[in-house]
Amino acid sequence: MVGASLAGLSAARSLRKQGYDGRLVVIGDEPHRPYDRPPLSKEFLAGTLGEADLALESDDEDLRAEWLLGARAVALQVDGAERVLLLDDGREVRADGVVLATGAVARNLPGTDGLAGVHTLRTLDDARALRDELALGGRLVVIGGGFIGAEVASTAYALGLDVTVIEAAPTPLAGPLGETMGGIVSALHEAHGVRLLCGAGVKGLSGEDRVDAVLLEDGRTVPADIVVVGVGARPCVDWLEGSGVELDNGVKCGADGRTSVAGVVAVGDCANWYDPRAGSHRRVEHWTGARERPDAAVAALLSWGAAEPGVPRPPYFWSDQYGVKIQFAGHAAGADSVTVEEGAPGDRSFLAVYRCGGQPVAVLAMDQPRLFMRWRKQLAATPS
Amino acid sequence: MIPACLLVDLPRGEAYRLDIDPPVSVFHTDDGEVFAIDDTCTHQDASLADGWLEGCEVECPLHASKFDLRTGAVDAPPAKRPVRTHEVLVQDGMIYVVPSTDAPNLPPCVASRLAGGPA
Ligand SMILES: Cc1cc2nc3c(=O)[nH]c(=O)nc-3n(C[C@H](O)[C@H](O)[C@H](O)COP(=O)(O)OP(=O)(O)OC[C@H]3O[C@@H](n4cnc5c(N)ncnc54)[C@H](O)[C@@H]3O)c2cc1C
Ligand code: FES
Repeated sequence: MVGASLAGLSAARSLRKQGYDGRLVVIGDEPHRPYDRPPLSKEFLAGTLGEADLALESDDEDLRAEWLLGARAVALQVDGAERVLLLDDGREVRADGVVLATGAVARNLPGTDGLAGVHTLRTLDDARALRDELALGGRLVVIGGGFIGAEVASTAYALGLDVTVIEAAPTPLAGPLGETMGGIVSALHEAHGVRLLCGAGVKGLSGEDRVDAVLLEDGRTVPADIVVVGVGARPCVDWLEGSGVELDNGVKCGADGRTSVAGVVAVGDCANWYDPRAGSHRRVEHWTGARERPDAAVAALLSWGAAEPGVPRPPYFWSDQYGVKIQFAGHAAGADSVTVEEGAPGDRSFLAVYRCGGQPVAVLAMDQPRLFMRWRKQLAATPS
Repeated sequence: MIPACLLVDLPRGEAYRLDIDPPVSVFHTDDGEVFAIDDTCTHQDASLADGWLEGCEVECPLHASKFDLRTGAVDAPPAKRPVRTHEVLVQDGMIYVVPSTDAPNLPPCVASRLAGGPA
């Protein structure tokens, strides 16, 4: 297992559950045992959850694994029947099978290195640093109106900060949710007095040692004491260049996680699986994908193609913003219509269905968990 | 012993939520068995009656921890504590729940609300 987070841990569990009894090595470059990332922009950032609450392992869990933490894999080679992982400290790990679960790293803005007060949010260490600064209060500017940016804005608003969100596109969340619904969900910011500047490209940051403002391309200056850059994540696959593992927006995988190299599968945020429902490759960056798909990938690893891959459930994610529970399942990209089927967006409690040629392809809900589950099940039952 | 609902009114694969305090859910599995557990997930404030029922397990509708309806055991985090189970009786077509006397494992946000603290 390369990557000791949700996808790597889930793969280790799947291996043991599916009867693999041999040596199991988990390599992770963070010094921490696997922890949960979603609370990092929510309860942990707000200070209502502590570090112990983030643990992804149960207290009595024993996977009989060797954990090599604080060690980064720098290359993968194939040597006859064996796969060889080279680590940054010079060690070598030989394996019959490899699960790639290296996730993604937060993208940054060029030229912001070394400027105090500028943060990205991906790891526990990032979250600790940001939490400590938010506690001091002041003006927070969030660059990027995506889910993580929006959650940070919502948490900081609840902590009493003055918050501005800057989005380059005309509508935030238009990628995952489409224009209409992206507009409805991101209206939560202004409803709470958080400024939202759309269609605003960022030219750079100003400040000597510490950031004092965000400079926009249209000439405006937005004063800031703290800046969070939430402009997406890049899969951690650079180290696989030249390994023979085919890369294309992450590790290119079949519908069961198999890569182009025998004995190597990939799961989680780093993996670009073929999705039979969508008819194309989709790199899904959601918690549930990282938790569920390792089961199929491990079955494929143990049998190498002898097992027929099942169709995974449609991708599902949630987000918590301003006390509203947002849930989404499926793919919005292929939809030609979206209709509100229940409730009203203005009440912040509704359910909307995305359709393509009359067939439901995705569903979005705000504070409608019961109805959402009905639709999510129905989507899963729709043949691809 | 608390009457829940008629067995004929609870199709297989469905759940019924009893609005007592704390709420309890009755599940009718695809195999025709009936179980009762506390309705609130032990992780956060989610109703397990809204969950994904498969075999003898219900998956939390929010963050996918799965609870065994027979024992209350949880498969993996984010939920870490088992959910409390209750005995079920079916008499003359009526489902009854015999509430457990064990302490419930409510999530912190719900436990403090029930105790009269801030929600
Ligand atoms: C702040 C935040 C909030 C989120 N909120 C939600 C949410 O509300 N809902 C939702 O569905 N999803 C959410 N997500 C997404 C979810 O957390 C991810 O989908 C999930 O963590 C993916 O797990 P993973 O194991 O694939 O990757 P990661 O969790 O990124 O873990 C990969 C691990 O591999 C390590 N690694 C990388 N390269 C190497 C190497 N070469 N050698 C060794 N180790 C390496 C990394 O350091 C890391 O520890 C959120 C993510 C973040 C950051
Ligand atoms: S609320 Fe049930 S797993 Fe999170």
